[in-house]
Amino acid sequence: MDTLLLSRIQFGANISFHILFPAINIALAWFLVYFRVRGNAAHGRAGEQHWEEAYYLWTKVFALSFALGVVTGVTMSFQFGTNWPGYLERAGNIAGPLLGYEILSAFFLEATFLGIMLFGRSRVSDRTHLFASLMVAGGTTLSAFWILSLNSWMQTPTGHSIVDGVVHVDSWWQVIFNPSFPYRLAHMLLASTLTASFLIAGLSAYQYLRRAANAGSALALRTSIAVAAVAVPLQILAGDLHGLNTLEHQPAKIAALEGIWHTEKGAALTLFGFPNEAERRTEYAVMVPKLASLILAHDADAEIKGLNEFPDAHPPVAPVFWSFRVMVGVGVLMLAVSWWMALTYWRRRLDTGQPMPLSRWQLRVLTAMTFSGWVATLAGWWVTEIGRQPFMVYGVLRTADLVAPHPPGVVLSTLVGYLLLYAFLLVAYVAVLMYMTTHPAQQPPPTPQGARPGTPIGGRA
Amino acid sequence: MDIDWATLLPLFFMGVMGLALLVYVVLDGYDLGVGLLLPFASDEQKDVMVSSIGPFWDANETWLVLGVGVLLMAFPQAQGLVLSSLYLPVAIMLLGLILRGVSFDFRVKARDHHKALWNRLFAIGSLMAAAAQGWMLGSYLVGFDRDRWSLAFAAGIALTLPTAYAMMGSGWLIMKTEGELRARAVGWARKVLWPMGLALVGISLATPVMSQTVFERWFDMPQLIGLLPIPVACAAAFYAAWHVIQRPNVVAAGYGWIVFASTVLIFVMAFLGLAYSLYPYIVIDRLTVWQAAASTDSLVFSFIGTAITFPVITAYTIYMYRVFWGPARELSYGAGEAAPPAASVHRP
Repeated sequence: MDTLLLSRIQFGANISFHILFPAINIALAWFLVYFRVRGNAAHGRAGEQHWEEAYYLWTKVFALSFALGVVTGVTMSFQFGTNWPGYLERAGNIAGPLLGYEILSAFFLEATFLGIMLFGRSRVSDRTHLFASLMVAGGTTLSAFWILSLNSWMQTPTGHSIVDGVVHVDSWWQVIFNPSFPYRLAHMLLASTLTASFLIAGLSAYQYLRRAANAGSALALRTSIAVAAVAVPLQILAGDLHGLNTLEHQPAKIAALEGIWHTEKGAALTLFGFPNEAERRTEYAVMVPKLASLILAHDADAEIKGLNEFPDAHPPVAPVFWSFRVMVGVGVLMLAVSWWMALTYWRRRLDTGQPMPLSRWQLRVLTAMTFSGWVATLAGWWVTEIGRQPFMVYGVLRTADLVAPHPPGVVLSTLVGYLLLYAFLLVAYVAVLMYMTTHPAQQPPPTPQGARPGTPIGGRA
Repeated sequence: MDIDWATLLPLFFMGVMGLALLVYVVLDGYDLGVGLLLPFASDEQKDVMVSSIGPFWDANETWLVLGVGVLLMAFPQAQGLVLSSLYLPVAIMLLGLILRGVSFDFRVKARDHHKALWNRLFAIGSLMAAAAQGWMLGSYLVGFDRDRWSLAFAAGIALTLPTAYAMMGSGWLIMKTEGELRARAVGWARKVLWPMGLALVGISLATPVMSQTVFERWFDMPQLIGLLPIPVACAAAFYAAWHVIQRPNVVAAGYGWIVFASTVLIFVMAFLGLAYSLYPYIVIDRLTVWQAAASTDSLVFSFIGTAITFPVITAYTIYMYRVFWGPARELSYGAGEAAPPAASVHRP
């Protein structure tokens, strides 16, 4: 294998592993703020303890995911330079400041206030502690803002000009708020909302199945199902708008993900099939006439550009085609599951008001869906990132021109190192999540009436 | 030299990058050091040691991200040369930082019998990161040359930087802990102080030998006198640290912080010496800060963000250290002593 392919696999592995944790944490941070606010609001009353239990358990999940997100994020910032030096040499005038703004405005905020959020309960007031939780949540969201701004600019570059092969900025406003940015940001924030919701719902359901649930689990489960039931339709809407935008700015990506080989009017939707790039057709295709045009352009007879229009500038078809179907499939499943559960909650609560309205069957379904958000998010990232190939900056810089000329053996050795470590960490992460949510000894609920600043109680001195 | 934005901004960002790396070396230095010392403590002491750095390590590591971030942001023409020349040590450092970063959390959340594994990975990760950083510093100082002497020089720093971190870690523990663990930390400090001192002297002498540019900077007459405060301050700080760790009663009387402060002072002086040696190069003898800089428009944009955020970051970093001031306690996410769980198990 050559250096270019190995470097691409390595970077792909890194961003794929990295995105798993922000995908949980961007939204989980806001769930925690909500739990915190409810706990503070119930101060001294019965509910406080239960919101505290929810806050306490999910803070631990947040801390663990945050650690993984940080260390893999550090890896990515170095890999720009170690593997893709050409990218910053050519596009550094744009990529550098946007990355810099992320670090300065968001990264420090999260990392610093996280210390207070996690370990400062007995050292600061309730209000300061809520403030720290808010700073962490705001920081993760701001971080997503800057990174997605840069990523969107790489997909739909505007606001720049090129002098001697180097990108120069004409308008920062146009660079940051480039055409695909609002859709991408909304799509990602909703993806995180769904990932966190299904994780919370899934692990809380698992707690019930293993008889390890407490009243906090009931609150977390109820909240996450309500959020998911609202967020899935919003996500479908955001995805549709994003699709329209992509059709306008990156028609080659659309052609690949729909498997449309030749430009046609009233294009059919391929539900299923095996793209064959050598023969430029999709084998065993199951198609619905005119539906692709209807979905993509909101007009059954609209013309959709095919891959034939981009002879040496379209992405590899099969991975984009398949990733897209996985993403949409999981999305539909999420819609069904979240509405089914929400409906049960709504009806049973009206009937009897029993504490756990879901049946064991439903709890098993939720448990099975625990990591569904990861699958959909990863598939979505692959559509968007592989779909940009062969460009690093769409239409401006080709990936092949930016790679560092290391010997393939060197890149292969680090790639193997990263892959082994990531595989180990993924197994450890999932195992520890399962373990710590179901072992009450691991999760003593805090006593909110306990130590406050100035009181000497607070652990071993 | 003209005084305009195109001249000043690269210098400004060079300053920010240097400051970020200095803060990183001091802050992550002590927590890497604690990681290096972990295998030499009892199980209970390990818990206290890790708690003493628990609230801080995330933010500490962020300074490294800022250092490399400024390199990407302000010096895009240098980052490729610097980072791709350091390909393997960077990868080793990253693997090490990943291992130790996740071990912090895994070790307290996993099953009890897995804790020893995470403790071991924590120490191994710290060692990988510390040694790799030493190697990176060494190859940076020789301008990424790969002849035999340059490699030996880099290897020398890779072997000795961990002793400096261990010294800083001991200083931190002397300051943040009590009783038996503190006594043990004093013992560790005694063991690593001299190796650290020898390593620093060795590096200080070898650097001018390795680089003609550095030699001329230092060993010329008026400069040499002006630069004398650097070695003198280092020697004084070294003596102060040595003095305190020889006397348990001084530590017990609450002056243990002097060990940490003196080590930090040595690091700051070494940093000033380095900065003087390198200016105005970003890669010695090859690329000046102006040659490596991004376009002035982009630098102005970055400058605005930096000028606004940097003081804020400094302020809340200081605030966080104040919140966790004083001896380390056992870490818990809750408020105060945790009670056993209420028997409120709901059944479906």
